[in-house]
Amino acid sequence: MTTLTVPGRVRVPRKYVPVLVTAGLFLAMFAAGGIRYEGFATGQIILNVFIDNAFLLVVAVGMTFVILTGGIDLSVGSVVALSTMVAATLLKHGWSPWPVMLIVLLIGAVLGLGMGAIIHYFEIQPFIVTLAGMFLARGLCFTIDTESIPIDNSTFTAFAQTRIDLGGDMWISPSVVIAVVVVIAAAYVLHYTRFGRNVYATGGSEQSALLMGLPVARTKIGVYTISGFCSALGGLLLSFYMLSGYGLHAVGMELDAIAAVVIGGTLLTGGSGFLLGTVLGVLVLGLIQTIISFEGTLSSWWTRIFIGLLLFVFILLQRLFSARSRR
Amino acid sequence: MAEPAPILQMRGIGKQFPGVKALDGVDFRLLPGEVHALMGENGAGKSTLIKVLTGVYDIDAGEIELRGARVAFSSPLAAQHAGISTVYQEVNLCANLSVAENIFIGREPRRLGRIQWKEMRRRAAELLSRLEIDIDVSAALSSYSLAVQQMVAIARAVDIDAQVLILDEPTSSLDASEVAQLFRVMRRLKEQGIAILFVSHFLDQIYEIADRMTILRNGRLVGEYLTSELSQVELVGKMIGRELADLERLEGKPMARQTPALVEADGLGRSGAIEPFTLTIHEGEVVGLAGLLGSGRTEVARLLFGADHAGSGTLRIGGEQVGLRTPRAAIRHHVAFCSENRRAEGLVPELTVRENIVLALQAARGWTRPIPRRRQDELVSKYVSALNIRPADPEQLVRNLSGGNQQKVMLARWLILEPRLLILDEPTRGIDVGAKAEIQRLVAELSDGGMAVLFISAELEEVLRLSHKVGVLRDRKLVAEIDNDERLTTDALTETIASGAAS
Repeated sequence: MTTLTVPGRVRVPRKYVPVLVTAGLFLAMFAAGGIRYEGFATGQIILNVFIDNAFLLVVAVGMTFVILTGGIDLSVGSVVALSTMVAATLLKHGWSPWPVMLIVLLIGAVLGLGMGAIIHYFEIQPFIVTLAGMFLARGLCFTIDTESIPIDNSTFTAFAQTRIDLGGDMWISPSVVIAVVVVIAAAYVLHYTRFGRNVYATGGSEQSALLMGLPVARTKIGVYTISGFCSALGGLLLSFYMLSGYGLHAVGMELDAIAAVVIGGTLLTGGSGFLLGTVLGVLVLGLIQTIISFEGTLSSWWTRIFIGLLLFVFILLQRLFSARSRR
Repeated sequence: MAEPAPILQMRGIGKQFPGVKALDGVDFRLLPGEVHALMGENGAGKSTLIKVLTGVYDIDAGEIELRGARVAFSSPLAAQHAGISTVYQEVNLCANLSVAENIFIGREPRRLGRIQWKEMRRRAAELLSRLEIDIDVSAALSSYSLAVQQMVAIARAVDIDAQVLILDEPTSSLDASEVAQLFRVMRRLKEQGIAILFVSHFLDQIYEIADRMTILRNGRLVGEYLTSELSQVELVGKMIGRELADLERLEGKPMARQTPALVEADGLGRSGAIEPFTLTIHEGEVVGLAGLLGSGRTEVARLLFGADHAGSGTLRIGGEQVGLRTPRAAIRHHVAFCSENRRAEGLVPELTVRENIVLALQAARGWTRPIPRRRQDELVSKYVSALNIRPADPEQLVRNLSGGNQQKVMLARWLILEPRLLILDEPTRGIDVGAKAEIQRLVAELSDGGMAVLFISAELEEVLRLSHKVGVLRDRKLVAEIDNDERLTTDALTETIASGAAS
């Protein structure tokens, strides 16, 4: 109501500010770590963050799609666990690795599709539907086996142990390559395809998107399918990393993924945010862990405390921004 | 001059809602290249007719022909594809996206599935410049005023090859220069042969832009007229179906009051919202607040109601100093506030008329002491008839009522609290002439009964007609307090608003 005609001014558009804040935070943490600890300020430290969090990054990409539409997906952690479990079991029964991967990805996508369809057609809160999905997937893990199942398939161990040399004593794992490909593909989809723009429109105002004739149903179901697919892929990356399938893998990972997305500056109400922000969010979370391990004396639970504090700060920041943009 | 064949023809349209006959045998036609106003009071069936036409509702009777072919749209989208686009009062776009995207989303220029952003921005700028709008199309829609957003909505509608453009109350939140800009755009479109269906409550605007009008009353067709052949007085008579005596009875200015002061604000202010102001409201006095949108009118009201905290100054009600920290505290001191934004801030659309009316009384009593159902029914039926709320069914959902009747429900809610000070923020905006007159008469009656009223309105005539005293706001500051005597005219008031000094 109170907005009057303001000519567009040349400055950093407000939509980029949260991402820039996160980028600034990341650089500051890296610099602080470099000053404080011997051997911290190397490229490999950042690459290690990628290596240790490739699965989280992939899961967070899916979560970004969902949150951009104004939804939430609580099932991702359980779907990751289920994926490791299905992969480990099928491999144990002598399946060859590639069909296993295909089946795992398919299961994730179908689970996401189902939840998306329920959310859209029955108009049920995403929170509730994905909460149910979370229990369902986690429960399914334990019907397969209550114990951890080791993976000794040669393809999987190759994924786990291969080092891709980048020169200068720096290396990454194949999982990082997969995660980076996922990020780039997702960023392209969000920015350069109709589906991606419909995601933003749906998050901005679902009602308006409907009235503008956009395929809201397809978009909403699509983002949950993508999230399910990304969770399954994240599960595969985790099983490369852990070389086991276990029902207690990735407990609480949905919360880490949400935290990464929010710290990356994506609004929980939907419609605003960037994939680059999510990448930075995952890096910030990973860097906190690295710093705490460098500190040595602190228990790893301090990671949680810092993430908690960061989340508070970022949510307050979002509140301030959205309050000001309404003025 | 022979009339061109109508592009759209509706015959014998009927639409029944549970308990209400919303449309009954209505004929309507639209000629290409004309602006056709659809007139009628709230609840006359204008919105229903539009919704029937655009496929939001099915029709129960009658037929719709578009370019001579019989059509029935299953959804607004289907209507859009057939060339009928609608721009609503509330802009139905995505404010988080850029202007260019809002125009083209769903139809973005693509190559191999990849959106051509540059091409899209170029075409958007071109389209807008044809409508004489010069803005940065890559900026977010939310950074522009409502008027520009509406123009963008129109640009989008037009670009989908609309032949029929429906503008449902596009002007109700625009200021004069924005309205002029909108009208320029409408004339442009008219020249291109687009038929425009226009709905507005501002008669002057209708007479400025419309070529022809169709009048509805109580879901029935009154008639179709050329604007040039129907005077404003005749039009209003046809719309409300009765003589204008009701309106004119209020013409005399109210007499000044010599009563004790009820509310005394001394240096009350809140930084960033309103500069400290001093205002006294006497019992039984109507104090009008005039000023432009954003001048601080609503902020004054919110301070007096405790909806915002005052940063400075004191407030005395009935001689007793009070610190209104919350609306609850204000209600305890018998202050009532009917907000401007009745949909978002006041009424609960999913509850019935009765539930909405007793809400504030129940809140004041506390939830541990429910109001007996019989007492509720008594109170509600009393106010439903006193305020002439239609349909007179207390169990009807508020959502189904027209704007004017929703406003009356809101008023009733506060009136059963028997407030000493009633704050009305734009109570007559967006409602029709008949309901407006009823609300104005009610305000006069309440003030005769000893209730003090703070009356906020953008319409100066209305402020002058009702108020004993007028406070003028400008740039978030109370710049003048003028007794409403014979010398005060709308011109003088406009002058004060513009210059900031009492003339």
